[in-house]
Order: sequence, then C-alpha cells, then structure tokens
Amino acid sequence: MKKIPQKEIHKYLRHNKKFPHVWCPGCSDGIVLGATIRAIAEIGWEKDDCAMVSGIGCSSRMPVYVDFNTAHTLHGRAIAYATGIKMAKPSLNVCVVTGDGDASAIGGNHLIHACRRNINLTVICINNHIYGMTGGQYSPTTPHDAIATTMPYGNIDNVFDLCKLTIGAGATFVARTTAYHATEMQSIIKAGFEHNGFSFIEVMCACPVIYGKLNKQGDAPQMMRDLRDSYVPLITYEKLNADEKQGQFPRGIFKNEVAPEYSERYAALVESLQSVKGEGDE
Amino acid sequence: MERKKPVLMQGNEAVARGAVDAGINFFAGYPITPSTEITEFMSRELPRRGGVFLQMEDEIASIAAIIGASLAGAKSMTATSGPGISLMAEGIGYAKMIEQPCVVVNVMRGGPSTGLPTQPSQADIQQARWCNHGDAPAIALYPSSVLECYELTIRAVNLAEKYRTCVMVLSDAMLGHMREPVNLPDLEHVNIIERIKPTIPPEWYKHYPDNAKYRAPLASFGDGYRFHVTGLAHDDLGFPTTRPDEVDRMMKRLKNKISQNIEDLVQVELFGDESARIAIFAAGITARAAKAAIEIAHQHGKKLLLVRPLTIWPFPDEAVHTYLSDKKMIIVPELNQGQLSIEIKRILGKSKKTRKIVEVHKVTGELITPEEILKAMKEDN
Repeated sequence: MKKIPQKEIHKYLRHNKKFPHVWCPGCSDGIVLGATIRAIAEIGWEKDDCAMVSGIGCSSRMPVYVDFNTAHTLHGRAIAYATGIKMAKPSLNVCVVTGDGDASAIGGNHLIHACRRNINLTVICINNHIYGMTGGQYSPTTPHDAIATTMPYGNIDNVFDLCKLTIGAGATFVARTTAYHATEMQSIIKAGFEHNGFSFIEVMCACPVIYGKLNKQGDAPQMMRDLRDSYVPLITYEKLNADEKQGQFPRGIFKNEVAPEYSERYAALVESLQSVKGEGDE
Repeated sequence: MERKKPVLMQGNEAVARGAVDAGINFFAGYPITPSTEITEFMSRELPRRGGVFLQMEDEIASIAAIIGASLAGAKSMTATSGPGISLMAEGIGYAKMIEQPCVVVNVMRGGPSTGLPTQPSQADIQQARWCNHGDAPAIALYPSSVLECYELTIRAVNLAEKYRTCVMVLSDAMLGHMREPVNLPDLEHVNIIERIKPTIPPEWYKHYPDNAKYRAPLASFGDGYRFHVTGLAHDDLGFPTTRPDEVDRMMKRLKNKISQNIEDLVQVELFGDESARIAIFAAGITARAAKAAIEIAHQHGKKLLLVRPLTIWPFPDEAVHTYLSDKKMIIVPELNQGQLSIEIKRILGKSKKTRKIVEVHKVTGELITPEEILKAMKEDN
C-alpha cells in the first residue's frame, strides 16, 4: 500500500459547488471515498478514464464529489447502467458505489447477473445494515433481532451474506473489509480495480446516526472499535472454533480467480464475425 | 449498396433495419412477445457490425444499459411490449431527466397486465405519454406500414439525438408481424442526425446549457469532459440542486425543448378528400382500415377524409384544429377504449361548433375492419 498524501486526494475531488457533503457526522462513507481515491491515485489512472456510477442511497451520493465521469442513477440499477457504459466504452475503468439495500434488495437481480457475466466492473458495496437515507428501515443485511423503523420489535428476517452471494453467482473477485481498516481497504479496492473481471468489495461501515442510535451501538468511535473487533482476517477466522466464531466475521480477499471477462469475450466475438456479411447487405 | 429490389419484410424487421441504418450501435433487450424479432435481429446484426448486443436480466436492466451506453457515446435502443414498458417507466423518466438520447420501441399487445400477448392493441397510447412519473413531455411516433416502421425508427433515432431525450416508437402485434414488400432507400439518401460534440475547452463545458433552440452539444464519458448526471433536480452543470430558480430552469427546458419545436416534431398524413364533411382520425394499424373504408366510400360517391398522426406525442393539436374543427362528424376508431378520442375531445371541446365524435373501440385482440368504420358512420349519421 502506497501512502497517498491528502493533497493528492484533492486532485480527484470536484471543486465547484459540491461541498459540504451530505453524509452525517461519524458516517463511514467518507473513509470509503478516501480509500477509493487513494487506490485510483496509486494505480495512476487518468480521471478521464474513470467512471463512477451509483444508485440511490447515502453511499450513492459519492459520485458527485469525485472529478470523474459520474452518474447518479436509479435505485438498485447502478450495475445495469455501468454494464451499458462498460460495454459501450470498454476502455473506461468503471466503478459502482452502492449500499446494502441498493445492491442486494432492489438491485439484487442486477448484482447476481453481473457476477455471472464476469464483466469488468468494480462494485464497492458500503454495508451499514440499514436504509440510512430514508431514516432507518431494515435491509437484507440488517442483523437478526436488530431494531429498524420498519422492524420495531426486532428483525425476524434472515441476513444475506453478500460475499457468499456474489461468490455463488460467479464473481471472480470477492472481498470484505471495514471502514476501520482503511489502509487494508485501500489495498483491497486497488486489487479489485486491477482485477480483470467482476469485483465485489463489501465494506462494513458504521452508521452511528441512524443504525447506531436505533440499536444503542454507542457513538461513532465506539462503532469503529466494534468494526475493529468483530471483523477478523480470514486466516484467523478459519482457526476459530464454532463458539469463538459467534459475533466474529471474516474479512480479506475471499476469491480472486482468473476467468474470461465479458467485454473481452464480446470483443472476440465481434472480431470473429468481421468477415461475415451484414444482414442488411444482400 | 444496391437495394432497388423490393424485399418482403416484417414490421419488426423493418424497425430493426431502420435502427441499424440510423446508426444504432448498442441494443439491450429482454424477450417479450410480440417484439422479440427486433431483439433477435439485433443479436445477429450488431456483433457483425462491431456494435453491442446485450440480452439483459430484465427490462429494467435493458433500459438502464442503453442509457449507460448512450452516456458512453453509443446510439442505443431497446424494444419491448406493454409489460416491459411498465418496467422501463422509471428508466424512461431518467433518460428524459438527464437528457440522454435513446430509443424505446413498444410493439403493443392487448392489456392490461399479460393481456393478449400475441394480438394487436393500441392501448398504450396514453402510456407512451405518461409512463414515467413526474412532469415531462414525451415524443412518440407510430407507423402504419412496414416501410414506415423503417422510416419512423430512423426518425426516432434522429429526434432522440437532436432533442437529447428518450423517443418511443409505437408499433403493434399486427404491424410487427405483418409482411409487406418494401423498397428500402439507398443508405446515402437516409438522413442521419449525429450527436453534436462539444468543441470548447472542458472547463467551459456545461452539460445543460440554456440555448434558444434547445440543441446543445453533448459530451460522452471518456471524451475529456468529466460531467455528472443525476436523476435529482440539477443545475446547468448537472449537479443536484434545490434552488427554485435552477429547478425552474431545468423543468422549463424539459418542457420547452418539445413544446417550442412542435413543427419539427409533428407529422400528420391526410388521405381522402379535405372538403369531406365526415373525417376519420386514426393511427397505426387502424389507419389502414380507415383508408380502406375511405376507398369503399369513394366508390359509392361518398367523400371522407383521414387525418393520421405519424407523431402521436406531442399530439397534433394544430392539425386536429385545422382539419377537423369544421367537420360534421369525426370517427375515431382505435384498439382501446378511447385514448385518442379523449385528445380529440380535449382539442375540439373548446370550439363552439356542434359536431359529433363517433368512437369505435375494439379491445378483443381483433382489428377494426373498414366495414365497421363505415357502419359506425351510417348509424350515427
């Protein structure tokens, strides 16, 4: 991991009219924004060659702050928009920023199909276990028994493990990290960007103002400490016995495989057809 | 390229050929009767031409992919039928909001819901106007022959590029599956409107400039003009705003770019005798029956006029005023329960002249016949 100074980050931010940002005090979204920019700075991509696409939600407000080609699209649909952008201009480095509700509830179908295609998109899913922007409704990742404004008696729904979901759906790069592990996050996002195929990076985040308050999780620093203590490296996690695994979650790169990438497959198909006469040409 | 020989062609195929001739190089779709032939044609044709064809996981993803592709510089299109339009509605509104060109084809079938998937209908005429939430105008074209399927698809692509919006082509199960011999024009005679690219330095670029004619240059992702688009109300740079003056400017632009270009957008065909006292207002497949009815009536010495809109939205208000306000009777046959006639009543309702508007509806999946139009005329005369 290369240290990227603050000054360098400013080069990637928009300076006209965009700040202050919309995020609450103590929100992790800014940490993810910082790590994402640092990862891009580390790789050295030109701003013109980067596209950031999002759906709707707190995390989805990120694109407006960065000086890339940016699209704030519809709730749940960012990956489908990004698919169109990537296929129309494969030279662009296309990144999707999404949240747990956006990616796995309303956008679940697009997520699994993009995994299946193995199209070269990097999806950064900021998981705060709640619909923050609408004020605290439960999402597919809200823990069992947790309180949400639409689960006032405690959540009876089962929880999606988004990493297992995307691994099962065929994503070729799947990783989990947390907002506490900011430098690790930078390395993982960089690895996701550099991976040629569909990358899914789940970033566990603190939402002290909505989720934290509803569930008495303490203030923002306390929620960061909880992230530090609850998410352990995969190797450590695997060594834990069943009892020790209670309340602990693995983090790190779970899957990193080389497989044919969709836009390249498509380009190869086009190449192979170049000698075939067009149907309109008879 | 010689294309002088007439070719027997299906309406759906003509739409697809029009699309590729107009420069569509990106298509994303999802199978649905009765539009699937368009999607299948594109899946064969676009990869050969170096374009992109994607079968997406649903219609929502299809409209999303074509808008995304358009953002990245492609000329893009999707095709579906009523249920698919219902799913695409939010995306269509997004394309209008961010002013990104794209074309959506609706091969209409009986509805509501799954309805009559293999049978024609004109029940989505008002849906074409109002499918997206929020206050935004629509452009929709409706051919009535296989050749026109080709021509109006080209026009739809051109209008989408020119007015930076989502343009809809309406067709129906009959028109889409019907075959007619057509003489496609030579490609060099096909008028293609290309997207205007900005030439100013990126720091001067405004994604939504105010401009009297509402024809503004449009940068694409990767062009060096790093811009932002959002479905939120936005300022002229594309950044979210809640400032009333900026929101007002945006909303007015969306409206005015259509309402101040009616002459360019609206096309109407007149058929028969303009001096006739009885007129028919019909579109698409039903206009064919109307033409046949007029020919039968002429043989019996009876004069009739057909006013046929090729542009359904914006609605041809002026043509209705000009050609229909002095008629004794106006027959409005349509494959729905009064979606065109409600507009005729809206427009002519204001005038004081007494006249009869005779509505002929059919929603059984069958077509309205020329005899039924003539019968309605006689019964009400």
